[in-house]
Amino acid sequence: MPDIKVTPLGAGQDVGRSCILVSIGGKNIMLDCGMHMGYNDDRRFPDFSYITQNGRLTDYLDCVIISHFHLDHCGALPYMSEMVGYDGPIYMTHPTKAICPILLEDFRKITVDKKGETNFFTSQMIKDCMKKVVPLNLHQTVQVDDELEIKAYYAGHVLGAAMVQIKVGSESVVYTGDYNMTPDRHLGAAWIDKCRPDILITESTYATTIRDSKRCRERDFLKKVHESIERGGKVLIPVFALGRAQELCILLETFWERMNLKAPIYFSTGLTEKANHYYKLFITWTNQKIRKTFVQRNMFEFKHIKAFDRSYADNPGPMVVFATPGMLHAGQSLQIFKKWAGNEKNMVIMPGYCVQGTVGHKILNGQKKLEMEGRATISLRLIDGVCASVIILEVKLQVEYMSFSAHADAKGIMQLIRMAEPHNILLVHGEAKKMAFLKDKIEQEFNISCYMPANGETTTVTTNPSVPVDISLNLLKREMALGGPLPDPKRPRTMHGTLIMKDNSLRLVSPEQALKELGLSEHQLRFTCRVHLQDPHSDTDTLSRIYSHLKSVLKGYAVQHLPDSTVMVESIVLKVSSSAEEPDLKVVLLSWCFQDEELGSFLSTLLKKGLPSAL
Amino acid sequence: MKLYCLSGHPTLPCNVLKFKSTTIMLDCGLDTTSALYYLPLPLVHSPRLSKLPGWVSKDGTVNLEKELKECAGRVFVDSQPEFCLPERELLDLSTVDVILISNYHCMMALPYITEHTGFSGTVYATEPTFQIGRLLMEELVTFMERVPKAQSATCWKTKEIQRRMLPGPLKDAVDVWSWRTCYSMQEVNSALSRVQLVGYWQKVELFGAVQVTPLSSGYSLGSSNWIIQSHFEKVSYVSGSSLLTTHPQPMDQSSLKNSDVLILTGLTQIPTANPDGMLGEFCSNLAMTIRAGGNVLVPCYSSGVIYDLLECLYQFMDSANLGTTPFYFISPVANSSLEFSQIFAEWLCQNKQSKVYLPEPPFPHAELIQTNRLKHYTSIHGEFSSEFRQPCVVFTGHPSLRFGDVVHFLELWGKSSLNTIIFTEPDFSYLDALAPYQPLAMKCVYCPIDTRLNFHQVAKLLKEVQPLHVVCPEQYTQPPPAQSHRSDLMLELQPPPVAYRRCSVLGLPFRRRHERIQLLPEVLMNYK
Repeated sequence: MPDIKVTPLGAGQDVGRSCILVSIGGKNIMLDCGMHMGYNDDRRFPDFSYITQNGRLTDYLDCVIISHFHLDHCGALPYMSEMVGYDGPIYMTHPTKAICPILLEDFRKITVDKKGETNFFTSQMIKDCMKKVVPLNLHQTVQVDDELEIKAYYAGHVLGAAMVQIKVGSESVVYTGDYNMTPDRHLGAAWIDKCRPDILITESTYATTIRDSKRCRERDFLKKVHESIERGGKVLIPVFALGRAQELCILLETFWERMNLKAPIYFSTGLTEKANHYYKLFITWTNQKIRKTFVQRNMFEFKHIKAFDRSYADNPGPMVVFATPGMLHAGQSLQIFKKWAGNEKNMVIMPGYCVQGTVGHKILNGQKKLEMEGRATISLRLIDGVCASVIILEVKLQVEYMSFSAHADAKGIMQLIRMAEPHNILLVHGEAKKMAFLKDKIEQEFNISCYMPANGETTTVTTNPSVPVDISLNLLKREMALGGPLPDPKRPRTMHGTLIMKDNSLRLVSPEQALKELGLSEHQLRFTCRVHLQDPHSDTDTLSRIYSHLKSVLKGYAVQHLPDSTVMVESIVLKVSSSAEEPDLKVVLLSWCFQDEELGSFLSTLLKKGLPSAL
Repeated sequence: MKLYCLSGHPTLPCNVLKFKSTTIMLDCGLDTTSALYYLPLPLVHSPRLSKLPGWVSKDGTVNLEKELKECAGRVFVDSQPEFCLPERELLDLSTVDVILISNYHCMMALPYITEHTGFSGTVYATEPTFQIGRLLMEELVTFMERVPKAQSATCWKTKEIQRRMLPGPLKDAVDVWSWRTCYSMQEVNSALSRVQLVGYWQKVELFGAVQVTPLSSGYSLGSSNWIIQSHFEKVSYVSGSSLLTTHPQPMDQSSLKNSDVLILTGLTQIPTANPDGMLGEFCSNLAMTIRAGGNVLVPCYSSGVIYDLLECLYQFMDSANLGTTPFYFISPVANSSLEFSQIFAEWLCQNKQSKVYLPEPPFPHAELIQTNRLKHYTSIHGEFSSEFRQPCVVFTGHPSLRFGDVVHFLELWGKSSLNTIIFTEPDFSYLDALAPYQPLAMKCVYCPIDTRLNFHQVAKLLKEVQPLHVVCPEQYTQPPPAQSHRSDLMLELQPPPVAYRRCSVLGLPFRRRHERIQLLPEVLMNYK
């Protein structure tokens, strides 16, 4: 039996560093190639030596598919393709292809220029890597080679996020990437057809959460921001430049307009303009409402939100600042956080998930004292010294968590399973404990197997693919004619035919045609049997009685009384004889050919029961 | 397998294919050339048109002066213009399962088919085709509804009168009784609610019997050819396609290979004109007029070639030192058309596509708008009348010159020989289009730009993809009537193409022998 193997190199019982290997029908596919925000060492990238110890990956992978532009899904791509070595195709959607190199470049700058790391990918490598990208359109079937095909579905989550279906023959796997089952202020909801994959690999970030309605969360968020502004505090919202940021901007923009607020809103990076421009050009990827009204009013042209300058952080008075990155692990958001952390009037709102090890994760867990590496704030001369100093930062500002990150919650995951109707489920991109809970729930509710492999652990699923066969139309039509003009498609029916396996193809043809093709002559196989009946009539009368009996029982069959004292039912011959000694004991001789075996044995059983006296 | 041909117009086709118990309509084009028999609908009262004499037959027995007017020796119907619909009597349209649309020009009859016929199927189209198709329908409805005409003329259609008494060309119009006035916006919305969007190379299963796939055809934004196939048979439907490098994604030719039948429609209507040459002539005539202080009027559709014209002018005007000349684009959907063109990057040619990665808008008309060189207005009323400066270039519809804002500009500029009207759309004969405006002092330049396949290209294409049989409109099997000696302007194939005309029913020449079934693994295990 064929099987499908799935091995996570990252995101197995973990969030971050998504990278999943799938072997299906002799093809090897890498799904996502992300980095881990929580680590600064080798663990940052997936362990590609799992695939091969020596050299390039091109020979081992048929294709790489990137689901969306978040760095935990594409951050290791230039490292994989340019430093480890991969020259095959890399598939991603148009928006992902547009935005992903910008985030990679940003990531590189922070790592190399700010933290001073060497042995990292270069700008040129990002460019070379992007040259290997083949853009994917939604619902387009892309033939990677003669056997392997992939198809992208809309996933919500962020601009250009996609789920992918991977298909070889009749076996298939669906990988969801990150997705969102409820439309938000700028994106639509994920959708997939009932494609019944052998395995559905789904994210499970919010495996145990069922989130209240979006409206409540939005109201809460606005209330908190508003209160803070009213008492003169500063609000920091760490975000990633693209995605949640635009949703929250739309939210604040409309709120500011409605409430006529004057406090400034800033967006921290130079990316803003550019980011919003991407949203305008890829408006077909946003939600229905924005798409419908974009000609009259483009939602991504903000009036109240202005570009941030580093010096503004020390300005007196209230303000709201969106700053990158979203997990407070580096960059501008961390710098501003350090400046504002000491004042209890200020507030930081974490609108998304934070991986372990980041400052965001620590403060969300209530940590009030943070050890900071001094590199970012202390001049370079000191770093060159013995060691970087450590600063203790006291966290006095309010820390709020608002789940705005667009992942499906438990309800959403179940909903997607119902949509796609998979045979097996495999969970990735979540915490082990939560996964285990969801696994139980899925197995209970759907009665299908659910797997949650750890990184480096392989899950093997045996598939049961059906085999395509070419059937001759004549045979099919003949069968159809037997059962009336319209056969019931929901009811199984047996049919006779000869299966010819030749030249790597399977054909089902009528026995006569098979004999002709193969140059064989037909052998006939006949069964005969005698049935004894007590019937005090003449032989001819008994035969007539049998005839009328069969005629009444076998409606819809050709029953004939022939002049040569035989009765024929289809190809079955019946004769009656008796001996002179016992004229009442009739011997009924039945003879049928192999093709009518079913009917023949039915008849013999029927006659053994005797004839009804009413005849 | 059968093909029912409901339209005789080779570039506005409407065919119905019956294949494996599915009934598939291929396009539903609306022939608007019938509007040429009507008087223009002016936006503001036109004393000239209202003073035209009525028509009375020579012997005086028939008096239709209320319905028919004479202008410069021709007779026109004075009524709301009517369009020639696809044939609706040849087969029961409620049995149509799906309609496949190949480009936005070929869906204009959709409301006539989906409404009031009992049609309950699905329409498949790409997103740009759907969105721009909607704009063109909206525009057509607005053109008609904003100048309602009380009278609807029908007496002239009486067979005895039309065929026997009326002068040509009105006399030769066919099927005049099936002509209909324009649909309403409500019907458009209802028709479009049946559209399901598809992407190029998306495989759509119809009832598990047939698979249909749209392919890029290179003619316009989102334009497609269609593959209709089962496991053993393949029909290709080639509609408006182009091999020239304009804004859309290039045509996919290789997927058309190995077809049993290839249905070929939508070839160029002007096989003798080279689009590049025409573009050059367009620019030089435009420059000449502007330099002499005249205005240029370009009657055009609101989407399509206009994007290429704007791009071409964007480069040309500066080099010709005419950088300050304003362009005006006037249409109820002008703004939408310009905005929509910028958001369909996925459907554009490579070099336009790569612009959005920067990110920059794919078409340079964004810059023309930003620098105020191109302005768009919904109509001549309102802002436009106070803002416009001369000399200028005006792009506006409708190219038939029978309705839309273009009517006003002809009345306004027609009397001066300084002005020029440049025809770029190939759908209407420019002489017929201008007939009700004669006598006209304005200069007329005919630069039809039709990027669709010409006979040379199609011969090469067919040689490459090798279909077993080709089906095409009868017009392609003989040279055009005006150039009967040009045997290069027709399809010459071996075996000869199967030709159709309006109301033909063709039995397509192939036999199905096999079908694909799935054997369950349990059954297969028995043979181990």
